[in-house]
Amino acid sequence: MSELQMIRVHDLHKTYHVGDVDVHALRGVDLGLARGEFIAVMGPSGSGKSTLFHILGGLAPPTKGEVWIDGIDLRALNESQRTELRQNKIGFVFQKYNLLPTLTAGDNIALAQALGKHSSRPPGFDGVLELLGIKHRLDHKPRALSGGEQQRVAIARALVNQPAILLADEPTGNLDTENSDAVLKLLRNLNKTTGQTILMITHNPEAAAFADRTVTMRDGRILSS
Amino acid sequence: MINKLVLENLKHRWIRTLLSALVVGVQVMSLLTLIGLSRGLLHDSAARAKGTGADIVLRPDTGSTISFNSGQKPESFVPLVAKQPHVEQAVGVLTQAVELITSMNGVDFDKFQRISGGLHFIDGGPPSGPDDLIVDEAYARQNHVRVGQNWKLLNHDWHVAGIVQGGMLARFIVPITTLQHLTGNTNRISQIYVKLDDPSKTDQAVKQLNQLLKGNLQAISMADLVSLFNISNYPQLQAFIWVITVLAVVVGFLVVFLSMYTAVVERTREIGILKALGAKPFTIVDILVREAVVLALVGCFLGIGLAFVAKLIVLQTMPASLPVTDAPDWWPKAAAIALGGALLGAIYPGLKAARQDAIEALSYE
Repeated sequence: MSELQMIRVHDLHKTYHVGDVDVHALRGVDLGLARGEFIAVMGPSGSGKSTLFHILGGLAPPTKGEVWIDGIDLRALNESQRTELRQNKIGFVFQKYNLLPTLTAGDNIALAQALGKHSSRPPGFDGVLELLGIKHRLDHKPRALSGGEQQRVAIARALVNQPAILLADEPTGNLDTENSDAVLKLLRNLNKTTGQTILMITHNPEAAAFADRTVTMRDGRILSS
Repeated sequence: MINKLVLENLKHRWIRTLLSALVVGVQVMSLLTLIGLSRGLLHDSAARAKGTGADIVLRPDTGSTISFNSGQKPESFVPLVAKQPHVEQAVGVLTQAVELITSMNGVDFDKFQRISGGLHFIDGGPPSGPDDLIVDEAYARQNHVRVGQNWKLLNHDWHVAGIVQGGMLARFIVPITTLQHLTGNTNRISQIYVKLDDPSKTDQAVKQLNQLLKGNLQAISMADLVSLFNISNYPQLQAFIWVITVLAVVVGFLVVFLSMYTAVVERTREIGILKALGAKPFTIVDILVREAVVLALVGCFLGIGLAFVAKLIVLQTMPASLPVTDAPDWWPKAAAIALGGALLGAIYPGLKAARQDAIEALSYE
């Protein structure tokens, strides 16, 4: 694996057993992502985008094939080690924000930090909060925040442990155009200023345009990149 | 941070939290009140026995310290006992259960006055007729009994002659002959109270009397009798306390189980989020266990408070029927019981949450 590659996927297969039927969600995916690269993964529903997202995030094991994240071979990891990978190497941003409703925005970020076993925020994180425009909203619970603000809190939460990769699954799927643009510009900005490697899944070509490059998936395979 | 999440989760569904803690608290209260009642009854009985001023008590060897049975032995034992060395006074007493755990004593009032040094009358005076009834203050207060009125007990109309300060004999004291006739126990007694001329000879007198009355009555010094008024001497009471304890554990388990199970189902998505953020299965179980512990502790505090309230209500409304005391030494035990039930209740929901598939949980609506 190249030293410059943050993600390397080779001949990745994933088969789900649904009753007596085998569903082949990924049928031999090859993908490489350079350190600091921002890519968008597009494709119709059922193309395997989410499955790829889950495997790269260590949420599901592959059936076959190689997955390397920041030099770590995911095949060699057990459940507990995959959990540790999620704590330190990967930040998630979801379409539905997925903030814990009982905690304030600040506490949602602090919880991710605590789970990642980091005692203090990384240097410069206040700058990230400024960039995200949520520094004055940290004492509010998610229900008191707009969709755009919630997604920006989710991004802050994903970045607090300085992960090697930021995985974003339809981050603008629940936002209006204005907020979508703001979030995408932020991701772009973070990628440029902090060198954050980002893989973003999207249906929206306008969103994909913010990435360095776009890969398209269909029927569990990558068609183009 | 985990503690904050636990508290916020509990605060978020505060009605469910409060109700769950309240049910745990009611179990803690039941346990503490039962212990308080048991001890109250025993302390009250011990104080009444001690209050007679007797040095020795002779009673049928029934194996029980508290007895509501009447007329077990012939009254002819009383003069025989009175003739023994160092015996200054011997008084036969007949005991008859009246209602629930309240009893009536039939006694030769003049002789008993010589042993006890006299009852302290709050109102009225000693009995002068065969149907005269002496009532203790707690019963009189509870039932609004006044001197001079008639009072029906044991299907007999009594004339209330006096109200005395409690702590001596039963709550009702009547002439022994009337009670003997009324209960078909003519010339029979339940126990004999003995006053010695020299209390330092108590052990010697107990031995003597036991030899004299072997197989009929058992002599026991008042000090030994009082020490027998202890829960550990009542296997039936201990069994009952065990039943209430097990019930408290079971109810605590069921309440916390239901509460935690509902919380796990309701928070499926949140569990998925925690897993995505890197929470290990142990962390998920830990969160639920901490919530269960908080529920149990809050329930325990509520239970102790409710036990105080229950005691006040009992003392205000039924001071004579149900003597009740505090049982602070049982607070840690009650807390441990509530905690045990709660932890048992948190295990399955905790494991279910820990086994939750992160991807499925994240897609849960």
